[in-house]
Formats: sequence, structure tokens, C-alpha cells
Amino acid sequence: MCLGIPGRVVEKHEQEGLLMGVVDFGGVRRTACLAYLPEIEIGEYTIIHAGFGISRLDEDEARQTLELLAELGEAEALAQVDVNDRGEVVSPAVGAEGRQAGV
Amino acid sequence: MKYLEEFRDPKAVRELAVRIAAKATRPWVLMEICGGQTHTIVKQGLDRLLPESVEFVHGPGCPVCVTPLEQIDRAIAIARRPEVTFCSFGDMLRVPGSDTDLLEVKSAGGDVRIVYSPLDALALAQKRPDRQVVFFAVGFETTAPANAMAVAQAKRLGVENFSVLVSHVLVPPAILTLLASPTNRVQAFLAAGHVCTVMGYTEYEPIAAKYHVPIVVTGFEPTDILEGVLAAVTQLEEGRAEVENAYARSVTRQGNQPAQSLIREVFQVTDRKWRGLGSIPSSGLSLSEAYRDFDAELRFDVLDVRAEEPAACRAGEVLMGTLRPNACEAFGTLCTPEHPLGAPMVSSEGACAAYYRYGRTAPGGTAP
Amino acid sequence: MSTADPEALSQARSEAVVDSDSLSCPVPRSGHDTIQMGHGSGGRMSAELLSGTFLAAFTSAELAALGDAAVVDTPGGRLAFTTDAYVVTPRFFPGGDIGRLAVSGTINDLAMMGAKPLYLAAAFILEEGLPIEDLRRIVASAAATCKEAGVPLVAGDTKVVDRGSGDGVYITTSGVGIVPAGIEIGPDRARPGDVVIVSGAIGDHGIAVMSVREGIEFSGDLASDAAPLHILVAGLLEAAPGVRCLRDPTRGGLASTVNELAGASKVCIELDEAAIPVHAPVRGACELLGLDPMYVANEGKLVAIVDSSEAGAALEALRSNPLGREAAVIGRVTQGPAGMVSLRTAAGSSRIVDLLAGEQLPRIC
Repeated sequence: MCLGIPGRVVEKHEQEGLLMGVVDFGGVRRTACLAYLPEIEIGEYTIIHAGFGISRLDEDEARQTLELLAELGEAEALAQVDVNDRGEVVSPAVGAEGRQAGV
Repeated sequence: MKYLEEFRDPKAVRELAVRIAAKATRPWVLMEICGGQTHTIVKQGLDRLLPESVEFVHGPGCPVCVTPLEQIDRAIAIARRPEVTFCSFGDMLRVPGSDTDLLEVKSAGGDVRIVYSPLDALALAQKRPDRQVVFFAVGFETTAPANAMAVAQAKRLGVENFSVLVSHVLVPPAILTLLASPTNRVQAFLAAGHVCTVMGYTEYEPIAAKYHVPIVVTGFEPTDILEGVLAAVTQLEEGRAEVENAYARSVTRQGNQPAQSLIREVFQVTDRKWRGLGSIPSSGLSLSEAYRDFDAELRFDVLDVRAEEPAACRAGEVLMGTLRPNACEAFGTLCTPEHPLGAPMVSSEGACAAYYRYGRTAPGGTAP
Repeated sequence: MSTADPEALSQARSEAVVDSDSLSCPVPRSGHDTIQMGHGSGGRMSAELLSGTFLAAFTSAELAALGDAAVVDTPGGRLAFTTDAYVVTPRFFPGGDIGRLAVSGTINDLAMMGAKPLYLAAAFILEEGLPIEDLRRIVASAAATCKEAGVPLVAGDTKVVDRGSGDGVYITTSGVGIVPAGIEIGPDRARPGDVVIVSGAIGDHGIAVMSVREGIEFSGDLASDAAPLHILVAGLLEAAPGVRCLRDPTRGGLASTVNELAGASKVCIELDEAAIPVHAPVRGACELLGLDPMYVANEGKLVAIVDSSEAGAALEALRSNPLGREAAVIGRVTQGPAGMVSLRTAAGSSRIVDLLAGEQLPRIC
């Protein structure tokens, strides 16, 4: 079961001996259990699954990945036209689907 | 939404597909074992963006799909009892048992409820001491920490009217079973990012080494999945077979230690039957001795349940990746989401349901 | 006591003030907190409920006349006639309640045919034990919506069912309107080349209701979009009289509605994922629950299919009304297999958008 969504911790409190928190997901807030992330701070991001925080999102790693994605995005924008080794023009969006369509 | 939507950037997705196409000089077969990843791949058509040389085979990554028929029948038997309030994740309600499903039990008057978290079920038990509240604890390792905490809390607070019906499964034994099969074609795996968030990825290192298969820990958004594929294809092209982490924003090699610690305390490893695959040794979790009082199977005496699968259902082959859903004779005819024969057609992560829903109804995987 | 003694008799009478609480014979008390079976019996309690709750809020002359039916004048022309039932629970949710929903929904059914709504009727089925304060709030909200829309409630009925036989309150409605001459709107009129427009962001209503459902509670800037759309439609038709199809994407959401239109018109519709407006909190809630906003109910939106030559005017007309501020073109009718709806994803791949089997359940996986 994998649906884990990143959210920002906006509040922490204890309830019946468990560390709980309120997590914000793009404007929607829900209570979650933060017992497995005892060191998480308010303002940090966590991945929430089934009402539990399972990891503290590493924002440095996230940033690095996003920078890489941005570079990829720029490369895509530049390479609007590409040519394969048979000399056929191949556009970036062509994959198996495009080949089936006879592009 | 921050840290989610940026990983769907369509330009980056297309460029990654281009790079994968450039990297793959020969055909390769990859498998993901995670329902969430299957869902994204089929829904976003990522497999169609890839070159023909890179083939995706969908593995048994949907815990709803692999929950054994006997366990579904047990759940139904327990849910029917008048004193029971049966709580479950939404996906489980439509999974067919031998002759009915939990949704039908609900419509016949059973107190069956959808919850988002096992702590919600525990809270319900505290609020209603007159009811026996049972939670259907299904899932891979990702959900085990949540279920462990609910049981541990129940014991700590003395909530005696709470119990769990456990059907947890573990990923590494499934990979070993797949690799040991003589019909296996899979050459590299994408490991489930949230399973590894909890467990880390040290368990995969001996597997990669022994079978010489790259295993790339991968996330769930379109760019995450294609990055995982690119990493896997690169390793295959270079003849390497390592465990690589392509989801480092959430996964560390050691994983979440407090979670693992509580899992070890509340659960023990057991042999488990996987629906469609048969019994895999040491592939599941059950409650440990100290927490056995909270085991719904014992509390409600439903151990003797016989289960029969419909003969036409080939879920096992689909789950092993040896049969494409739309190549099954029953697909779209006898077996549809309205009248499913097996679990992969019911669960939103099941490969059969994903194919059906997103239009892969013709053989060969093309939309009509 | 001797009946022959007038003084004794008079004293006995004045002492015998009725203390209804101590009576064993069941004369009903007045001033209830909750609905009782007696409120549905047609007697005094029913009359009290009617005057104290319904007539106090709904102020049409026809209703006040208390006839068995309302007799009204109509301008003549083609009559649009609809009926609906409202059973939403919880009955109060961010941005609305079952009362507002009932009035808006019925008016919208008429509006989607291009009709000018004229009159509404409503029957309330009340469960014994329903707090009367809840009923007052619902009735007040429904009446306010009628007033906002300029469409009066002219007939009504109330029944009470035993505790356990209902869900608090069910409302069934009917509505009539007149379709102006020259307006031909129907689900079967879409043609290849036509443009598909949605009047605003999707998923608001369903998510707002879900946010207060037990077991899934979450909070945020969420509100149901329930609203009467007849003025919006009137403005649209004035600017784009050739509108081919109109439908409000209620249960089953945008995806179901577009599928219905594609099926009825026997055409293929292609949607553009990036163009479909969704408010950020709705997106967040859908991510959280594993729902697809395309299948979540809306109660204050419409889908319009228009000839491409009228698309610009249609869009401008919608956007000039506050209820259509976020209107957008979301797709086209194309040559393709009849009844098929496909979606072009932002990354350029495409997939089928199918009808759901059963209810969309929150997924965890």
C-alpha cells in the first residue's frame, strides 16, 4: 500500500501518549500521527501514509531532483526536432505509441 | 501541491522518455512491484512513452489483490456478526470473496465502515465500548507501522474491544519467488519507494548480488518512475547489478528505525499465502505472542474457512507478470469491474482494473 | 363530591387546571425540540410545523393559500418539467446544506434544458427524532435560495417516518419552467468539431461533503459550489444561442457527464487534462484520499458543448457571471469511436476516461 503524500507539519501535540500533528496538503489539513518522526519540526515536510508520517522529506534531495528535472525540461524545449540514425525526424513525444501511429 | 506536482512536469517526463530511448540499445524487461506505481504508469501512459525495447511487466504490488481468498472470507464472516463494527480501507470493500464481498455485507445490514487510518478504528472502539471493533490490517511493509501502532496503543490503553485481522505481506520474498521461477523474464526491478521509506533497502542488496539484477528504489510520480527506469536501463546496459536509490528525498538506506522497531515488537514473520501465487515462506506478518489477544482470527474463531477461486480467473499469472490483463480470455467479458472474477480487477491498483479503466481493452495494449 | 353543591363544583373546576405533564391521557405537548410522529399526522402538530417552520420561511401566496395544489399562471410554450430527490448526508456541509442543494439542483435541471424556471414544489420526509432546529435551518436555507434565484416554492408536503426508517431528512422536488422558442438543447446534439466548455473548477461539492463525513474528516478552504445556474445559462444562451448540449456534472462528476453526452450524441470527445480547472484545496484533498477530481460531484457547474464558431462568445458570457468566472475550454468533439472519451495528459500520452463501476472509494494504495 503506497499512497503517501507529502505535507507540511503546521502543528504538533500529544494525544494519549502519542505525538500527533496537523499536516497541510496544499491548503487541506488533516491530523496525522508523527510518532515515527520524533525529531520533525514545524514547517518541515513529511510523507503521510494511512494517517502516519513515515519519513521526513529531505528538502535538499528534493531540490537537487527538481533542478535536474528543470534541466531536462529545458533540454526538451530546445530539442523540438530530433533525427534518428535512419535519418527520420523523430519528435520527443514519440515512443511506442507514436511508432504504432506510423510517425 | 508542493513536492508533488513538480514531479509531474510534462517536459521533464518527455525528455526522460527520450533519454531512455537513447540509452536502450537492446530489449529489456522491467517490473515494478507496487500498486501505486502500476496505477501511475497505466494512468499516465508512461509505458507508452517508452521505446518498444523497454517493456514493463506489472508485478504483485497490490496488497488488496494478493490478500488470500480465505482472509477475505474470514473478514466477511466476522463483519456479518451483529456485535462487530468492521473497519477497512476503501479498496477492500469490493474484493470478491468466495461468494460475496464486504460491500454486500454492508448493504445486508452489516456494520462495515471505511476508515483512512487504523487509529480511526481504534478511536471508534474507544467511543463504542459496546461494539467489537475489528480492523482489516492489509498491506505491505508501508502500512505495517500504522497497524503496529494501533495495536500497541490498544494494548497500552487497554482497549479490549479492538482487534485486527492481519494480512500483511513482504516484498523481498515475492521478488525471490519471481526470480526463482523458470518462466521469469524480468531483468530489473523498481522497488516500491514507500515500502523502502519504512524498511530501508538493505534487504535488496543480497538479492541484487545473487541474481545479478539491478534494483532501483523508485518514487510514484511520473518523473520519479521514469528516473527509476532510466537508472535501471543504464545499469542493464552497463552490466551492473546494484541497489540504487532514485527516491532519496524520502528513502534512506536504513529506513525508519522507530517504525521497524515497533513492527518487530508487534508482528512476527510468518509464511503467507498470496492470492493467485500460492504460499511463499516467510512472506507475511502476523501478530507476535505478546499481542495475540488482539488477533481477530482467534477472537472470533473463524479459522476453518474453505475458499474456492473461480476457475476462469488467471490472477496469479497476471500478478507474476506472465500474462497481460487484456490477454486473459475473461478480460472484459466474464470479468469486468462490475463483475470481477478476481482481485486485480477490483482494486484501483490492480493491473486488470487499471488496464480496463484506462482503455487497454484490445490485446497488445492499445486503446481501441 | 356532590354535584348539587355549586360552590364546591366551581372550586373543583378552578383547581382542576390541566397539568398536561402529569396526565396519563396523551394530549400532545406543544414546543417540541424534535420531530415526532404527530407532526406527520395531519392534525394540530402538523399545522404548527407547517406554519411555524415552512410558511414562516417560504412566502409565496400559493403556498400560504394552503390548497391541495397550487394553481398558477404560465406564459405558455414548451413546458420543462423535472423531479429530483435529495438524500445527502451529512445534511450540513461547508458552503451549503440539503435545503440549498434541493432548490439549486432542481432549478439547474430546468436550466440545463434552456428553460426559464418558474415554480418549485418540495416534499419533506422527516425522520422521527430529527431536531427541529436542524429542520428550521434547512428550510431557511432552501427559502433563501429560492429568493436568491427568484423562483418561488408554491407547493409542498411533509411526512414523518419512524425513527430508523429515514436518514434525518429526505427532500423530493419537482420544478417547471418554459423553454423559449428556438432553443434546442439536448444531449444528442454534439458534433465533431464542437468545443467542450466547463463553467468553473470541478470537485468542490463532493470534497466539501466528504470533509465532514465521519472517519475521513479534514479541513481547509473548502466549500460546496451548490448554486442555481439559470441566470448563468440565460446569459450563455443570449451570447451563444446555438448551444448544443448542456449538463450539470453532479454525481459521477465531469467524467460521467462527458461520457453521457458522448454516448447520447454518438461522438468521440477528447479532453485536455491541463485545461480542467481544479481548486488547490480540492486537488490536495483528492491526492490525500486517492480520488480523481473528474469523478467528484459538482452542484454549481455546467458542461456546455458549443459550435466552435460560438466558443469565444460562450466563454466570455460565462466568465462575465461570478458563477462562471473560471470557465474554460477543456476539450473537443472529434472523429473517433462513438461514445469514447479520451484524455490527453500533460505529458502528451492519452488514456480513456471511463464510467465508474459503482462508487469511487477513497483509496489508500
